[in-house]
Amino acid sequence: MSEQISRLDAGTSEKTVFSVEDLTVTVGTRRGPARAVAGVSWQVRAGETFALVGESGSGKSMTLLAATGLAPRAATVTGRVRLLDSELTALPDDRRRKLRGRHVGFVFQDPMTSLNPVLPVGRQVTEAAEEHLGLTRRAARDRAVELLELVGIPSAAQRVDAFPHQFSGGMRQRVVIAMALACEPDLLIADEPTTALDVTTQAQIVELVADLQQRLGTAVVWVTHDLGVVAGIADTVAVMYGGRIVEQGPVDAVFDTPTHPYTRALLAARPDPARRGEDLVAIPGAPPSPLDLPPGCAFWPRCPVRADPRCEHELPPLTPVGPGHTVRTFYPGETS
Amino acid sequence: MTRFVLRRVLQSAIVLLGVTLVVFLLLQLVPGDPVRVALGTRFDPQTYEALRSRAGLDQPLPVQYASYLGHALTGDLGVSFRTGQPVSWIVAERLPATLSLAVTAVVFALLVAFPLGIVAAVRSGSAVDHAARVFSQFGVSVPDFWMGIMGIILFAGVLGWLPPSGYVALTEDPGRWASHVALPAVTVGLVTASILTRFIRSSVLEVLSADYVRTAEAKGLRNRVVILRHVLRNALIPVVTVVAVQLASLLGGVIVIEVLFAWPGIGRLTFDAVQARDYPVLQGAVLLVAALFLLVNLLVDILYARLDPRITVK
Repeated sequence: MSEQISRLDAGTSEKTVFSVEDLTVTVGTRRGPARAVAGVSWQVRAGETFALVGESGSGKSMTLLAATGLAPRAATVTGRVRLLDSELTALPDDRRRKLRGRHVGFVFQDPMTSLNPVLPVGRQVTEAAEEHLGLTRRAARDRAVELLELVGIPSAAQRVDAFPHQFSGGMRQRVVIAMALACEPDLLIADEPTTALDVTTQAQIVELVADLQQRLGTAVVWVTHDLGVVAGIADTVAVMYGGRIVEQGPVDAVFDTPTHPYTRALLAARPDPARRGEDLVAIPGAPPSPLDLPPGCAFWPRCPVRADPRCEHELPPLTPVGPGHTVRTFYPGETS
Repeated sequence: MTRFVLRRVLQSAIVLLGVTLVVFLLLQLVPGDPVRVALGTRFDPQTYEALRSRAGLDQPLPVQYASYLGHALTGDLGVSFRTGQPVSWIVAERLPATLSLAVTAVVFALLVAFPLGIVAAVRSGSAVDHAARVFSQFGVSVPDFWMGIMGIILFAGVLGWLPPSGYVALTEDPGRWASHVALPAVTVGLVTASILTRFIRSSVLEVLSADYVRTAEAKGLRNRVVILRHVLRNALIPVVTVVAVQLASLLGGVIVIEVLFAWPGIGRLTFDAVQARDYPVLQGAVLLVAALFLLVNLLVDILYARLDPRITVK
């Protein structure tokens, strides 16, 4: 029996590719320090998709930029970040840069601005491979065509020398994905990759990444505020609010038994075809400013529950509520 | 590409035609009679009329203009009222002086402004950035003739390293040309460098915050590669225009500096022609400056199309 369990374990728990532990990011601004991310921890294993969910300004993107050494200069980053067998936070900039380029691929939000307008796309797709894998210019060109074909760009051999403005938004995002895959990364970070695209294109891009992940076994971190995408592709999900993770766990658990009032409000705010014609559900109020975070739970000012008086002044602890499912709350048992 | 160039050349020609008309008409508004000036104390009505009709000044304006244009097309810009020499010859003689001063000044300005502007942007807020700011503030606010005078006092007077003024043709003696061009070129170039430094700094700074620069950093490219391959090429596009405008205006002659350094260029020529009401020379000088300006702009447009693939060349 125990042997069976351990074998099962070995089958499901692949190697951890990337882990973030107690990551905190403080950004110096003209109006004082802004705490963009506070004590965030998560990890993602090979072949697994981890989704980071939250509204704009909740610290999702900053978490990833800071973890990979791309945070703005004004940001102070503390905590521990591991990529494969290296502790990124302990490395000098130059080593971190090389590891990032070699093992991490990035897909950013807006394909209209994330490509250099004056360089041919093929060159942009493979310059990381030239840098980190030592590909020659000729080999790189062949590789660029191969990658563009992989992401479904028609007549890639001709398009390889075209410039970004000669592609549509969806095609550009495919180019960006090809670029992210150039060094066959162990980790793919997709920072709201579908937000700037129209709906039909969104679905294509989501499918493309899911398909590539299956074929290449890459770990994927998907930042989004689209809960539909999360339900469709993620294995685990973390919900961020005010720079903290408020709920984290396997995607089924979080969607079936959302426990934190914010998670519940977020799920309730999804448009529902069954309630056509009714007003859309919204969360009243606005997210807190990172310059002026409430002392207790960041969601308290907008919280419709407020079941515990401590929430206002005291930070609720991350409390386990199910297997791998944790919630930042004082009242885990009172899920309705 | 050829069609694009041809179209731009044609456009330039039309503009140039407009320039000749404007110059021609403007001069009609200038008070003062050139024939009277030329005759001076030897004035007598008969000679006056004879000279006027010989110069065609008794003809109606459209006829005068048509005749001017017809001659100009064959390279005949008339003769100077003052010296009787052909205008095209006078202007051509002054061109190398202005050309060598302008080009040297711009090259100097580029050599200063590029490194300074880029470093100031990449290390914004650093000591270099502050130094660049002080430098460009100094350059744009201190009058160039004052800097020129200070230069003469220091390098020609106190140190005795450079001649205080004068011109030697590059073809005649490159060494002496260089020593003569140094002071005026640096004086003019400092102003240009100040303007360019500011512009390059802000242009680079803007590109540095572009998404595609973050993409390049995410790829783990070396900083130098990010700056050279991704930042500079994009930041350069708007800078090219400013460089061109600066170069074009310097090609028009820097009157004060040319007078200060006894530099026999177009600016000096224009100045003298205005004073003497030497219409043909003035027209020739203005026409040449306009032509140079258009030429520089034409070259910039072609360069633009090469730098920025988004500009379609059809």
